[in-house]
Amino acid sequence: MSVDAPSREVPAPLVEGTSRRPRHWGRFVLPTYSWLVIAYLVFPIVVMVIYSFNRVTAGLQLVSFSWNGFTWQWYRQWSNIPGLTSAFWLSLRLAIVSTVIATILGTLLAIALVRYRGKRFRGKAGFEQILFLNIAAPEIVMGASLLGLFVTFNVARGFFTLVLAHVMFSIAYVTVTVRARLSGFDVALEEASYDLGANPLDTFRLVTLPLIMPGVLAGALMAFALSIDDFVTSNFVSGSSAPFPVWVYGASRVGTPPQVFVFGTAIFTVGIVFALLSLLVSKRKV
Amino acid sequence: MSDTSTTSVTPGSVNVSLSDVTKSFDGVVAVDQLNLTINDGEFFSLLGPSGCGKTTTLRMIGGFEEPTSGRIVLGGRDVTYTAPYHRDVNTVFQSYALFPHLDVYENVAFGLRRKKVAKDEVKKRVGAMLEIVDLPGYEKRRVNQLSGGQQQRIALARALVNEPALLLLDEPMSALDAKLRHQMQIELKSIQSRVGITFLYVTHDQEEAMTMSDRLVVMRQGKIEGIGSPQDVYDNPSTEFVATFLGASNLLAGTIASRGQEITAVALENGTTLQVPTARVATSTVGSVVKVGVRPEKIRIHVSGSTTTTGNTLRGRVRVSTFTGVGNQYIVEMASGEDITVYAQNIGEELAPRSGEEVELSWPIEHTFAVRPAENVISSDELAS
Repeated sequence: MSVDAPSREVPAPLVEGTSRRPRHWGRFVLPTYSWLVIAYLVFPIVVMVIYSFNRVTAGLQLVSFSWNGFTWQWYRQWSNIPGLTSAFWLSLRLAIVSTVIATILGTLLAIALVRYRGKRFRGKAGFEQILFLNIAAPEIVMGASLLGLFVTFNVARGFFTLVLAHVMFSIAYVTVTVRARLSGFDVALEEASYDLGANPLDTFRLVTLPLIMPGVLAGALMAFALSIDDFVTSNFVSGSSAPFPVWVYGASRVGTPPQVFVFGTAIFTVGIVFALLSLLVSKRKV
Repeated sequence: MSDTSTTSVTPGSVNVSLSDVTKSFDGVVAVDQLNLTINDGEFFSLLGPSGCGKTTTLRMIGGFEEPTSGRIVLGGRDVTYTAPYHRDVNTVFQSYALFPHLDVYENVAFGLRRKKVAKDEVKKRVGAMLEIVDLPGYEKRRVNQLSGGQQQRIALARALVNEPALLLLDEPMSALDAKLRHQMQIELKSIQSRVGITFLYVTHDQEEAMTMSDRLVVMRQGKIEGIGSPQDVYDNPSTEFVATFLGASNLLAGTIASRGQEITAVALENGTTLQVPTARVATSTVGSVVKVGVRPEKIRIHVSGSTTTTGNTLRGRVRVSTFTGVGNQYIVEMASGEDITVYAQNIGEELAPRSGEEVELSWPIEHTFAVRPAENVISSDELAS
């Protein structure tokens, strides 16, 4: 007879020593827990999406959290607030430029870290530590020190400093992702390419890059996501050109226009689409 | 880039030569002062246990390793420090190294594309090559959909389609099961004679090397221990290692007692004297220690007193007798305690001696050889393959 089942609804078995082990409430624990966590994570997003459709009754067109009825108004008037729109385009441009740069540099770095050791890459261990530090260090530290640096050397804050900062904090993530893909790479494939007459550049273009592409894309996606929602570092180094998160933070002190929720929903939707795409790509690959 | 078209294959002329090639990795010598010449059109094998330097030698010829010292001349051109993509050599890798992101056609066409061969020509040559390796119509398959044997043929096709002056094969059969391997050995040999390209084949499998090669070398610890045709190296081993690695040998320790023009006499430790053709004795000084060898299949075995014997004779008692179908294998223990292995073919002629019986072993003098004992002990690891 089962001893450890705490259930009381089950009538005692007629025959002692039955092999059945009732675990009635046990099987609900994991699903319940999982759904609670998911709800916890998704709740703010759901609120944002819902209230992007909320009618505003007050004179000032600001978000209020009383439900006034459904409207497409904010989607029709998505570009009505010039400061918000330009902040959004700035963020998008910034994310694209810094992703491209960080992906190229990070991928090359990953290749160097996997392929070269000993005499050909002195100080490799130190380098790996710096990469780790780059990921682990609090953003506030990086942001503040970058600002200090730019002020000291009298570099004007703007798009350039934003790109510099975003590339800096994205590289390590790209490197780590690409390196994971490279570690299972059979070097004989590159030797085979040389053997068949391809020079190093052709070998990289025709063999290495296509094979590590899933890793490179995943790294790029990460860099893009990090850049588009970055607030802390951007707040320090943006100067007068505030990207989307910095602008929203500034606006929220007075009141958030509903268009913020529209942009937020748009970014979230694009993110979901990318995530689904990457899932498809990684499933298709070996 | 490549000078394939200018390479003409004249059988007998030198294809590749290595002079005093040495390779050490962080002070550990992998290949030690190697001198080797391979002729055009030959099927040549580098045979030896793992770690003997055969793969390193192959990789230096392919351009994947640079020799620490020495010279490699390929088709009359010094290629010692030439990049692999500037050498008229192609390789079949042990892991096949087929490109997983390309289909069969693109894999085979890869080398031709790099040489800027015209599109129609590429199509024609890839198609013809897939016929040769017996996989026509496989162009659109992905390489990970192929079986191990098929992948191996594609790897072969991808290398051969470039018509290199020399094809390097790095243990290409090691991933195949025994039956497939045997079939591929015959096929590879026939492909080689059809295309007429020089093959340099690296293997640890002595049977494989003997089946396919025109000539072979046996390597050990970075040095050549024996070189010649398979029959030559087998029948006339130059060292103790060759005698034990290439097939099986019975080796008995002894000292040279006397040396004549034709025949050298070697006194065994148990007092018996064996006669060896002087030409087959590795060292000629009287009094020097040697090992006298005879192959198990060269020995005739008969119950003591049943016939008169000629040539070299030993006596002993059958310790183990095993029937293998095609013959009998005996392990005969001599009075000295040393064992001698004998293979007798099952030709239904004689009564097979049974375990425990006193027997006489005899074999013609010309099948006896004497080698210098190996300087360092041959480990069972080295012979495991």
